[in-house]
Amino acid sequence: MIEVVNINKSFNGTLVLDNISAKFETGKVNMIIGQSGQGKSVLAKCIVGLHEVDEGSVLYDGRNFSELEGNARRDIRKEIGMLFQGSALFDSMTVEQNIMFPLSMLTNMSKKEMQERADFCLDRVNLSGKNKLLPAECSGGMQKRIAIARAISMKPKYLFCDEPNSGLDPKTSIVIDNLIREITYEYGITTVVITHDMNSVIEIGDNIIFIHQGRNCWSGDRNAIITTDNPAINNFVYASEFMKDIKTVLQGKLK
Amino acid sequence: MQVIINIGKYFMMLRIIFSRPEKMRIFRYRLMNEIELIGVKSLPIVVLISVFMGGVIALQTAANMTSPILPAYTIGYITRSSTILEFSPTILSLILAGKIGSNIASEIGTMRVTEQIDALETMGINSLTYLVLPKIVAAVLFFPLILVFSIGLSLVGGWLALVSSGLSNTDTYIFGLRSFYQDSDILYALVKSVVFAFVIVTISSFYGYYTKGGALDVGRSSTQAVVISSVVILICNFFLTQMILL
Repeated sequence: MIEVVNINKSFNGTLVLDNISAKFETGKVNMIIGQSGQGKSVLAKCIVGLHEVDEGSVLYDGRNFSELEGNARRDIRKEIGMLFQGSALFDSMTVEQNIMFPLSMLTNMSKKEMQERADFCLDRVNLSGKNKLLPAECSGGMQKRIAIARAISMKPKYLFCDEPNSGLDPKTSIVIDNLIREITYEYGITTVVITHDMNSVIEIGDNIIFIHQGRNCWSGDRNAIITTDNPAINNFVYASEFMKDIKTVLQGKLK
Repeated sequence: MQVIINIGKYFMMLRIIFSRPEKMRIFRYRLMNEIELIGVKSLPIVVLISVFMGGVIALQTAANMTSPILPAYTIGYITRSSTILEFSPTILSLILAGKIGSNIASEIGTMRVTEQIDALETMGINSLTYLVLPKIVAAVLFFPLILVFSIGLSLVGGWLALVSSGLSNTDTYIFGLRSFYQDSDILYALVKSVVFAFVIVTISSFYGYYTKGGALDVGRSSTQAVVISSVVILICNFFLTQMILL
């Protein structure tokens, strides 16, 4: 489980995260939702240590990540897999080399073992046989799946996905969502997904927190988000007439 | 104020770069790649510049040797001294700052804006050591070789220019090249090449690594890397000359 406790983060005097606390449970898809510019990605980057928090702490299964330095911090990072918004694949490496990269840098596996692991991960994301392609030769959806394969190659305990569906068509988004959910349940990892794609939230969100103006404004599960009366979340999730209609249908289903 | 902040960040970056690489095998592999990129692929431009630079130095010296008191071998002597002391180490470094510096800054800058560096850090890899240390080692090892190569080619260029234009002959030119020779001149040039190699790679990496924004900012970082590297090379050149030659 990942726990964030009273996190504050400012940039050039502007408070971006204001006293945020949340728990992300193991074996569940935990979602951070909110409008653009509300601090979702900053929160995720604070949790993985790409940004230092000004105040507060991040606990990985009780280990206070914020207080750790050097190798101790690096050891926790080795347990983290991250899918970035733009996939962040290494351009100069093939698909296979991208997946083998963390293995070659951080483990003592032989080349054969790494190769087998890369094949397994590619197979897991339904990209068998694409080993020798370069990232530039792959579609956006394929790049996301390769990034997921790279993220799970080290058998992470924690998986972070920053807007995994951005720039993808609805069908491919569903493929990515299902993959994230399957991997989470299959390996029992703590998954944190940052998104503003409400389809993903309703489909795969086990625990959801809503960030508004840098604060943890609401939290609950996917049923609660349908029935909530919170004006801020209703204003965000059900902003369009179409989504209001969907809400009515979903509420009817729940009854 | 920003200059002081940048200088502080630069030295903090250096402290992080000189950590032990995660895997020596990977470091050696990357070092070989960087030697190819920084060193071997710079050779064509080094050849071109050195030959023509040597030729121009020799011709200009010959054109200004109007006094009958000065012996003819002075052309060779001045060509050699100018090439070893200044032209090969400094001018070549300024040109390579443009070629290598912009390449490094744009490569690392692109990795920054496409979150590839964040990906390295999230994996628990020291991105500065992984990306920059092999470049520094490759440049520091290869620049002195490029310098020696450049000096040789410049002197050949000078000889070709003089002989083909009939301003001197081979024996007189070679006699000039060998006159008043001091080993310390070569040492001075080698020290300069190592310092300039370090300056080019670290400053370019600094501007690339701390790029913020998008494609436009990568271009801006690349330009800044070349400009600042060139200015620092000129400043270092002045102080190294004072320290070693005087």
